[in-house]
Amino acid sequence: MVAVTTHTAQPPSRLTPSFIAMCLFVIALLLTVIQYVGLLPTLLYRLPEAWIPPFAAWLDVAFNFVRYDLALEKVTRWFAEGPLQFMLDTTANILYGKRRWPNFEQVPWSAVAAVAAVLGYSLGGWRLAVLAGATFIWTALIGQWKIAMETMSVLFVAAPLAFCLGLGLGILAWKFSWVDRAIKPILSVLQTLPFFTYLLPAVIFFKVGPTAGAVATIIYAIPPMVLMTTLGLKKVPPEIVEAGKMSGCTRWQMLRHVYVPSARTEILVGVNQVIMLCLAMVVLTAFIGMPGLGAKLLAMMGSFKLGRSFEIGVTIVLLAVTLDRLSKAWVVKLPKHFEKDTPWWIRNKYLIIGLGAFVSFTVLGQFVEWFAEIGRRQSFSQGKEIDTAIKSFLAIDAIQNTTMAIRYVLNVWILNPFRDFLLSIPTVAFIMLVVAGALALGGKRSGIYAAVFFSLVALTGWWDRSVITLYSVISAVILAVAIGLPIGILAARSKAWSERVLLICDTAQTFPSFIYLIPAIMLFGITATSVVMSILIFAMVPLVRYTIEGLRNVPPEMTEAADMSGATRMQKLWNVQLPLALPTMAVGFNQAIMFAFFMVIIAAFIGTQDLGQELQKTLAGTNMGKNFVLGICVSLMALTFDMAIMTWAETKKRALGL
Amino acid sequence: MLGANETVDLMTSDVPVISSKNVWKIFGDNPGGYLSRMPAGHSYDDIRADGYIAGVKDVSIEVSKGEMLVIMGLSGSGKSTLVRCFSRLHDITGGTIEVEGQDIMSLSEKDLIELRRSKMGMVFQSFGLLPHRTVLDNIAFPLEMRGQNRHDRRARALEVIELVGLEGRENYFPRELSGGQQQRVGIARSLAIEPDIWFLDEPFSALDPLIRREMQDEFLRLQDMLGKTIVFITHDFDEALRLADRIAIMKDGAVEQCATPDQIVMKPATEYVRKFTEDIDKSRVVRASLLVQPGATGDGMPVSASATIHDLAAILVADTREMIPVVDGDKAIGAMSRQHALKVLVGTS
Repeated sequence: MVAVTTHTAQPPSRLTPSFIAMCLFVIALLLTVIQYVGLLPTLLYRLPEAWIPPFAAWLDVAFNFVRYDLALEKVTRWFAEGPLQFMLDTTANILYGKRRWPNFEQVPWSAVAAVAAVLGYSLGGWRLAVLAGATFIWTALIGQWKIAMETMSVLFVAAPLAFCLGLGLGILAWKFSWVDRAIKPILSVLQTLPFFTYLLPAVIFFKVGPTAGAVATIIYAIPPMVLMTTLGLKKVPPEIVEAGKMSGCTRWQMLRHVYVPSARTEILVGVNQVIMLCLAMVVLTAFIGMPGLGAKLLAMMGSFKLGRSFEIGVTIVLLAVTLDRLSKAWVVKLPKHFEKDTPWWIRNKYLIIGLGAFVSFTVLGQFVEWFAEIGRRQSFSQGKEIDTAIKSFLAIDAIQNTTMAIRYVLNVWILNPFRDFLLSIPTVAFIMLVVAGALALGGKRSGIYAAVFFSLVALTGWWDRSVITLYSVISAVILAVAIGLPIGILAARSKAWSERVLLICDTAQTFPSFIYLIPAIMLFGITATSVVMSILIFAMVPLVRYTIEGLRNVPPEMTEAADMSGATRMQKLWNVQLPLALPTMAVGFNQAIMFAFFMVIIAAFIGTQDLGQELQKTLAGTNMGKNFVLGICVSLMALTFDMAIMTWAETKKRALGL
Repeated sequence: MLGANETVDLMTSDVPVISSKNVWKIFGDNPGGYLSRMPAGHSYDDIRADGYIAGVKDVSIEVSKGEMLVIMGLSGSGKSTLVRCFSRLHDITGGTIEVEGQDIMSLSEKDLIELRRSKMGMVFQSFGLLPHRTVLDNIAFPLEMRGQNRHDRRARALEVIELVGLEGRENYFPRELSGGQQQRVGIARSLAIEPDIWFLDEPFSALDPLIRREMQDEFLRLQDMLGKTIVFITHDFDEALRLADRIAIMKDGAVEQCATPDQIVMKPATEYVRKFTEDIDKSRVVRASLLVQPGATGDGMPVSASATIHDLAAILVADTREMIPVVDGDKAIGAMSRQHALKVLVGTS
């Protein structure tokens, strides 16, 4: 029905958000200047230590209460050692022959590759068949089968569990508005919480290793599934719902036969996201001792074995792309009818071919060892050779001079001065600046949230490290904008190039974030520059992507109108295309910031002085309170940006009538 | 304003299948509370000014057994809302609706489901087909929901498929069918449980004009064969005239007039209805029975009461009689003035 809107006349007021923002900005500027002159009282520059409440200790008390007094730990440990361990053992046994129930032999790699190829063919034709088959053949031939299967065995447990939990929660949130209200804020915090914060509680409650890894992965992958489920269920056309009701469905029948099948597309998109997030997280759980591709990559990068790192990187990327393409093909594959009287073996031909391939390769593996397992010596790994090649390439004077020059310029002229400048701003002035920005962008609500969130960050006592984190994020995103926007604008000029670049972005977005460290480390070694570089590459992907989408989706009649008005290309870009594309580009910008916050924590592995470093340190201990405080700091900063930018983008979109 | 109560029901004398009295459906926060304290005689715009929407406004209407009532109105006039009140897809805010003598608002969820499973069928404007089910499974869906076994529901579904002329398409999915075919599936599904009451919510509006015509013919054929009680919604006046036993014209949630097509055309109750009927070729709607003057007599060959003036055009033009006798079957019911009829024919009446 039509919503009735009432227009209340707003009395003209001088205290508009932008006016307040202006005032705050000026005051912050003044404070900074006073600080530089040396007249600012220290308590305005940094909060005195004595004023900082012991959040970590309080949280520890709360955690311990839940852990011991409420005996949560007993429950979780039971779950970890019982059902979860059992499921992990089962998949591990089937995939790489760990000696546990059901005590099968390891499934031969050739059989897995063959089934993957058949699955790929049935979902998306020969291209997908080649991709899926080749991925597994590569993995086997390069000698990484076992570690890859260690990763996959956790994925096979975590993804279905995350799917079920996400679907269930999504249905509940859709059905009961109080559940929706309760979990919405939790989900947005979860989505901005740095992954190290998932890891420590997982370790404490679920033991080190695969069980904790699986739990952290599941929790990490649930939010998008919940959101997609709710979205899909809300989008079911009302007439289908009414048709279901008029067919005499009970509530359960409505859900089972009408709502869930009609929301198929969104739910399957959720499945795709669950799989991708699970893979990304399983790789990252290497930090808490989860064996597999991630652990190997971590070890290889740690000892600067670039060749092997590169090979593992390729495996991870191939697996990610394969899983992504397969699940996306499943989303778009719609049922097709068979002619009447089609025999069952044609209706189920892929199932039969798949089974046949599986059985024949399994049997073949019994006789020819090579088809079952490729030993270390038989593998085609060229780790050492690639290593030498990369290192000698990097040792070429021209290359070395270039990277050195970039490093020097970035560090000495840009990054370090910028960091020192940010650190020199008094805390109070810094908060005012952020609030001013949020007010100007997102209005009153965003401004208030920014004030509360950043004050909390200041109160935690981790201000300097938070500012350093912010500095990495901001500088990397600014660089990403400087590089990404021109790429996006250029690509958007032609349809063919747009598609090409979008495909690259799509593919790059499926890579687990860990991968982005590899090229950065290769080029710039273990330095602050490679931190910024890895964030930069990671954050550029959404920027380019949304720039292209924003520009390409400008309504054609508007560009035609500009053409007919005699606009030059530049005039058209500045006056028509960019203003209309800006809200969409802002979404990309926001995502770039979120990605940067995510990546900056991972970059702690390279060695930083920010929150991520402290977070990583907590992993070794049991200091959950501190871990949580650090994580929340990151989350609060990210949420401030998220809220302000998204509000701005939405208001702008509405104003433009898009 | 004229309600349904004022019109004499010519079709049947049975207890009405659907009987609604002073039905209100108001949208907004706490509509029940609003309705109870709303002063009488509040207009649609008054209600809107209070922040509520009157979807259905004080409607009293009856539908008799075997009758086809067409509800007509522009979009937003409340016709879809009214039919959703009849089937209790919407809970009404005030008044009563009885289906076969039973107050449907008093039904428990279980009884309501039972009523829909055994007595009601509904066809939707954009078909409302389940995208993941084949034609056969879509049509068998209501049967499956009430727990009929696989074999029976397949047999029944095939029966209805043949009825709507979709043989050979049983295993297609909805998206593999044209719009007209999809609506045939919708119609077949609504008929699968052999409902007594059939609701059709603008079933042909989403179709091309040519297909629409074809589907209307098909629909009349089905109705001749099945003789169901029908509530049919449309915004197309020609469609209403073609199909209806009675037409209810709605505006702003209220029924402006509810009468037979020729009464609507010849004796519009309100200015709004008159405007609606202005451009209609009245001779195709008005029947001799409407022009007859009881007690008057005429000479010569009588004409049938059910013939439209358009049907009688040749006689009217060639004849010279002042009064032409009219018969209903064998019984003489009076005579009509030729001049009067000619005026209808040339559209000056």
